Amino acid sequence: MKNPIRDKTNLSRRKFIVSSAAASGGLALGFHLPLIAAADLKSADGAATEVNAWVVVKPDNTCVIRVARSEMGQGTITGLVQLVAEELECDWKKVKAEQITPGQNLARKRVWGEMSTGGSRGIRTSEDYVRRGGAVARLMLMQAAADQWSVPIGELTVADGVITHAASKRSTTYGKVAAAAAKLTPPDAKSIKLKNPKEWKIAGKPMKRLDTADKLNGSKIYGVDVKLPGMLNAAIKASPVFGGTLVSYDEAKVAGMPGVKRVVKVNESTVAVVADTWWHAKTALEALPVVWDEGPGATRSSAWIADHLKEGLTASGAYAFRNEGDALKAIAGAAKKVEAVYSTPFLAHATMEPMNCTCKISTAGRAEVWVPTQNGEASLAALSEQSGLPLDRCEVYKQDLGGGFGRRGGSQDFVRQAVNIAKQFPDVPIKMIWSREEDMAHDFYRPISQCKLAAGLDESGKPVALHVRISGQSINAFVNPAAIPEGNKDERQLQGYSEKPGDAQLGYTFPNLLIEYAMRNTHVPVGPWRGVNTNQNAVYMECFIEEVARAAGKDALEFRRALMGKHPKHLAVLNAVAEKADYGKPLPAGVHRGIAQFMGYGSYSAAVAEVSVSGEGKLKIHRMVLALDCGHAVNPDQIAAQVEGSVAYGLSAALYGECTVEKGRIVESNFNNYPILRLAEMPKVETVIVPSYDFWGGVGEPTICVVTPAVLNAIHAATGKPVRNLPLKNVKLV
Amino acid sequence: MAKLNINGKMNDVQVEADTPLLWVIREQVGLTGTKYGCGVAQCGACSVHINGEVKRSCAIPVGSVKATDKIVTIEGLSATSSHPVQKAWAEIDVPQCGYCQSGQIMAAAALLKKNPQPSDKDIDEAMTNICRCGTYQRIRAAVHMAAAGMTKAGSFVAPGKSTSEV
Repeated sequence: MKNPIRDKTNLSRRKFIVSSAAASGGLALGFHLPLIAAADLKSADGAATEVNAWVVVKPDNTCVIRVARSEMGQGTITGLVQLVAEELECDWKKVKAEQITPGQNLARKRVWGEMSTGGSRGIRTSEDYVRRGGAVARLMLMQAAADQWSVPIGELTVADGVITHAASKRSTTYGKVAAAAAKLTPPDAKSIKLKNPKEWKIAGKPMKRLDTADKLNGSKIYGVDVKLPGMLNAAIKASPVFGGTLVSYDEAKVAGMPGVKRVVKVNESTVAVVADTWWHAKTALEALPVVWDEGPGATRSSAWIADHLKEGLTASGAYAFRNEGDALKAIAGAAKKVEAVYSTPFLAHATMEPMNCTCKISTAGRAEVWVPTQNGEASLAALSEQSGLPLDRCEVYKQDLGGGFGRRGGSQDFVRQAVNIAKQFPDVPIKMIWSREEDMAHDFYRPISQCKLAAGLDESGKPVALHVRISGQSINAFVNPAAIPEGNKDERQLQGYSEKPGDAQLGYTFPNLLIEYAMRNTHVPVGPWRGVNTNQNAVYMECFIEEVARAAGKDALEFRRALMGKHPKHLAVLNAVAEKADYGKPLPAGVHRGIAQFMGYGSYSAAVAEVSVSGEGKLKIHRMVLALDCGHAVNPDQIAAQVEGSVAYGLSAALYGECTVEKGRIVESNFNNYPILRLAEMPKVETVIVPSYDFWGGVGEPTICVVTPAVLNAIHAATGKPVRNLPLKNVKLV
Repeated sequence: MAKLNINGKMNDVQVEADTPLLWVIREQVGLTGTKYGCGVAQCGACSVHINGEVKRSCAIPVGSVKATDKIVTIEGLSATSSHPVQKAWAEIDVPQCGYCQSGQIMAAAALLKKNPQPSDKDIDEAMTNICRCGTYQRIRAAVHMAAAGMTKAGSFVAPGKSTSEV
């Protein structure tokens, strides 16, 4: 049966995807634009020389290293600059980072490659070409010195940006030869042999972040801080019910309020007040009478959605992602059966900096945005499409993000809104900021799901089969339906359960295995939320494994090890965390352990949690140990920072995170009813990095998913009862 | 109309009395280091000092602030990022995205002024600002380090690294 709400949403989404894809396809092919000559793209210092796209050298030997990916706190700028600097052999103390713009990237035929920053890909999918970029610049600088001295390049050495010819006791600096180097033909990047990561001196080391100083004194400019001459401010409100539309508003009621310039329709579901200051705009917006057509979504509630998903747990027609042996038969004939149903809720990203975008559309036919974005080129495509101006008349000035977590990637709804407002104020920059309430009400939420699991054990307690059935909403059905073969084969929702190695492989082997997905969509918009589907899927798998181990009368760690013989990397990380956490050794009275492991984003993670539950059911998480094999570890201190942060992000969700639906809209509106973990609740976190040096894995996301199951398994140990529904605030532990 | 003493400078601002101090600081005075996060005194991104006490400026109507009240924002904490809290934050690389850190630093500075040697429990009770990146472990370490720095005139103890490689 057709779902009118879903169909309506999907229609507009599909239109957006097609047109965006066309635009980004254009980016990929390269438009017929004149190449900006290197000399025209100077760094802030006019005396600087661009040696190649990645490296600009100043006379004082400062190396400015270009970065294409977005910085949202995950340390990508520092890590990428370390990789370039390692091959460049420059002086780390004289390194500066510089971000390029999507317009520059387009004009130079995407010489800096992909700008999208998501899926923990910032470093792992650009490490090769950025290191080669550094190596090419090094060879050009050395060749310039060799030419100057008329000696073979092979006789030169370089360290800290100083080139030396030992035989003639001559030396020079990058700063002195940069101008000559820039005129040379670059060597073939592909033919260069990169350093063995085990010999790294700058990469692989716990270098201080390059972007800390202005975060300590208030001088850093975020998107919300952008100030432009003549700028006005906009506050915005979209239909509280997803899929609803704007019928009318009474501008006269607010026209005389302080600072108000105009009330404007933004799109079919959104209205904005534009005023001299944002506070004036927001105050008038709250006073503005608005009539909405809430549409059919207004009948939806959390209870309806739960029933909708529950039906999918047993319905026919599910997609069998893995079907090895005959799991159903093996479970039916098993000596012992274990069954459980789990659920996880919708979640909001709740970045500390609410959505915002500043836009100026000039009558001269130029469109610009200043925006915190995880994907500058998607912002550029949205700007071009929404403004109707060609890509080469558009530019995006990326602002470092006050949190991203997947919210500021593909969707770009904030850019489209700001453009629609700015189009109605030609030549006037408009800064649009969402209130926290708007940000909570119009997220692309982590999808809701339920999971039914069953396992069979033989007489000795050995598992003979596992059956996993997930029923829930699909991200791809909302953002990219074309990516789902045959309409329901949606592998993305089964992230972490793959047989294939390399990305998100299940670390266990069962003689019989059935993993299924029943797509059950709702009218609530969904999207990637830091860690995406590994978070829910790790809870289902790892908490159920705990239940099965207990039913088998086995230790949770030993039970897992017995299933992991074919997955040595998963096992090595599990063993590393067990060792660091002194697994098996006695704990203080009342403290209990839980363990979990999972794989996502090309990296292997495991966690041990130590918790206590008081007689009144109060939970305290004392300590968490996490182990991560991300292949190569570019900055161990920043990896530790990401792991620590992932614990806080995971625990906020486990303890409190829940977006509920009433009358078609999200109930939770601010941090008073959508609580976030605070410092007092933060356990001591110990990070063990176990790099195996033979692959490149992600760091920003992979460890989140093991946090919650480790804690839930520790609670199970403490209370003797499994926790199967999140968040914990709704669960009576004793 | 309001008279505000911010970072030692008097400001005359034309603004409605019910405007939150946060937005006056950001939009009329033009100091944007103080951040909006929730507008309901939940997250602390807007923390400033008023007469030495840490306050959440998003919930303070500007009309309730007197011309004699001394307001200090992150921009006025020190001239050269040399406050012991700022130095400790730099030493431990506390910030990730950094958006909440102005508020965190102001809260920590106010805590240490009152209590130069806070225990973990004191830090738990005083440091209630939200950080969505989850920098809490480093905030705690940095508060302890700043406390040591304040008593030992800038001689910082080595940060307690949480990383080990095996």
